[in-house]
Amino acid sequence: MKHLLSIQDLSAGQINTVLKTADSFREVGTRTIKKVPTLRGRTVCNLFFEPSTRTRISFELAAKRLSADVVNFTGDAKSSLSKGESFKDTAQTLQAMGIDAIVVRHASAGAPQRLSGWVEASVINAGDGAHEHPTQALLDLYSIREHFPSFDGLRVGIVGDIVHSRVARSNARALRTMGAEVVLIAPPTFLPPAVDTWGVSVSYDLEAVLPSLDVVYLLRVQRERQNEQLVPSLREYATFWGLDLRRVNRMRPEAVIMHPGPMNRGVEIAAEVADLDRAIITDQVTNGVAVRMSLLYLMLGGLNSDRDRAREAPARRATDPAQLAFEQAMAEVEPALG
Amino acid sequence: MANAILVRGGRLVDPASGTDRTADILVRDGRIEAVGAGLAAGEAEVVEADGAVVSPGFVDLHVHLREPGREDEETIASGSAAAARGGFTAICAMPNTEPACDSAAVAEKVAASGRFLGLTRVVPAGALTHAREGTQLAAIGEMARSVARVRLFTDDGRGVQDTRLLRRAMEYLTGFGGICAEHCDDEALSEGGQMHEGEVSSRLGLRGMPAEAEDLALARDIALARLTGCRFHALHVSTAGSVALVRAAKAEGLAVTAEVTPHHLTLTHEELASFDPVFKVNPPLRSLADVAACRAGLADGTLDAIATDHAPHAAHEKEAEFEAAPPGLIGMETALGVVLALVRDGVLSLPALVERLSTGPARVLGLEGQGGPIVAGAPAHLVVFDPEARWVVDPSRFASRSRNCPWAGQELTGKVLATIFEGRLVVSNGELLEGVGATW
Repeated sequence: MKHLLSIQDLSAGQINTVLKTADSFREVGTRTIKKVPTLRGRTVCNLFFEPSTRTRISFELAAKRLSADVVNFTGDAKSSLSKGESFKDTAQTLQAMGIDAIVVRHASAGAPQRLSGWVEASVINAGDGAHEHPTQALLDLYSIREHFPSFDGLRVGIVGDIVHSRVARSNARALRTMGAEVVLIAPPTFLPPAVDTWGVSVSYDLEAVLPSLDVVYLLRVQRERQNEQLVPSLREYATFWGLDLRRVNRMRPEAVIMHPGPMNRGVEIAAEVADLDRAIITDQVTNGVAVRMSLLYLMLGGLNSDRDRAREAPARRATDPAQLAFEQAMAEVEPALG
Repeated sequence: MANAILVRGGRLVDPASGTDRTADILVRDGRIEAVGAGLAAGEAEVVEADGAVVSPGFVDLHVHLREPGREDEETIASGSAAAARGGFTAICAMPNTEPACDSAAVAEKVAASGRFLGLTRVVPAGALTHAREGTQLAAIGEMARSVARVRLFTDDGRGVQDTRLLRRAMEYLTGFGGICAEHCDDEALSEGGQMHEGEVSSRLGLRGMPAEAEDLALARDIALARLTGCRFHALHVSTAGSVALVRAAKAEGLAVTAEVTPHHLTLTHEELASFDPVFKVNPPLRSLADVAACRAGLADGTLDAIATDHAPHAAHEKEAEFEAAPPGLIGMETALGVVLALVRDGVLSLPALVERLSTGPARVLGLEGQGGPIVAGAPAHLVVFDPEARWVVDPSRFASRSRNCPWAGQELTGKVLATIFEGRLVVSNGELLEGVGATW
């Protein structure tokens, strides 16, 4: 796999591989020295045209724990355009600097796809407009998998501003790929056009659907949407679609609560709900690093660079017991990659 | 250059005279001297048209020449050359230049540049409102009475949102015999939209422009045309709803005409899945059902003309992110090759296609001498094309200064071989003749 632009790029088998590989990396995160030398000599650029503290840090940590060199570019697309530099110019500049992977976040849907056509480097979509956020979907699947034995027949409710949500698009696709059932729950103004083509069911009534859900996935309601008159007020949104303790009591005992963050406490999620044990929001963050390590490994250190490793690995193995141990662990995973 | 041309042995398709037969055409001193079989060449330059179609030169009601203001994207010279290569002997230049064509001075400059170049007739369209800002009327009378004799008025690029102002514009236009042309778009509904609203926009997470934004604006405009008695022309209709509205307006007897672009007849919103801004246009590429409705509307005469909406953009502007890229594609040099697919698909006959490319648009604009008939004594504006010629689109070889062409690299069937404008051969063997129009 050269790029990860959309969750649609991955089959169920490939998703399983990413998740399984992430198990090993999650363990790395619990060590005293949270670092393996797998991507030593590789350079990853976090190209963030849209502010995102948590996603950028998560990717940065993932790359650094794999010993890759990391460079960060943070700015907004408008500032680079105002200097007359086109998106393609920026891409070609990075290309010329020999970057191996570009993690791109952009406010414009499709920007990673465009970028992938201009550079040799692997491109990972870290969120593009309202289009996709595939690594979020993967870390969410990973987090769900920690609580449920299988995705088959699992019923996941995604609640909130679906129309503007890249997380909703990626998660709905990923969950369906894995065999889960998805219910979108929102006021009609928060639902995308032609939602009947998504292969999901839809409800306007959170209360009615809650008892049937295994996962309640809450989306952030962006306060700027207030200007678009999509809902009369945040207060009214919270009244009908916010998850408070009273509604939590309607949930199945084993059901979990998820949120991609950052949360609007008191709007889509009551403050006390966010702190419940069944709210696995911080686990999502922890798992995000492991899943992103898994992806970087599979894309940069895995299949794509077999020849590189054949050339470089013997010398390293001879001197680096940690690398040897790690590669042995990976060898168990890799047959599934073919 | 000889002042006589003999176009020999072509299939003469002339909707204006209802002709479809093999004939020679002798052109002398800018006019058609004779039409018939076995005409003697004498000293005339011979254009062999055996196996080709000869028809009235095409008329494009909708092009953007970018001059004045954005000469890096297109000039009147490069746009005229592109038109000639596409077989167009008249083009209507939209007023969204910098400054806008909202005065006699700009209109006359555009028309005069076109005349000076002598590649195609350049007919300037005037703005309806000052600077196309939609707040006060432009100097409509001044433009209509100028040397440029502006006939068609529009704020194209956007529609006039203020209904009362548009009513005033239509009322005022009737005093000058002008045509009100609108880019039909209710911006309150389409604002921020990047593509057609539907299944694909939903999947891609791009904000959509619902078909209803066009339908509502057109319905309003037709109501105002009824109220004011103004001649009205709907620019680049793209929705099934628009086609139905125009059909109903015509059935009612209103002076309403409409055009459709080659891309809205052949491409759908599915193209946007690539996020390639070359497919970003306004109005956006619509659903398959809309394309089918546009094809049906073209076939039954509801839509009077095929117009390219040739919209050149600099490469770096289209190489931006999808949302940052400007809408528009170029189309004059590919129009014939694209729309001939409609004949192969059985949507309309070849004579009907020629009618929509030539006679129909000439009638909309009231352009004397354009769109046929091809009869002795008439001005000689002709195109010779091979409907079977296959060619691969290579935008680097275009006369246009811009390259934003969605058909790049594709094979099209149907190519312009020769264009005769005012009795002069300006395109021969598909190429602009050396020495003509080469003033840029």
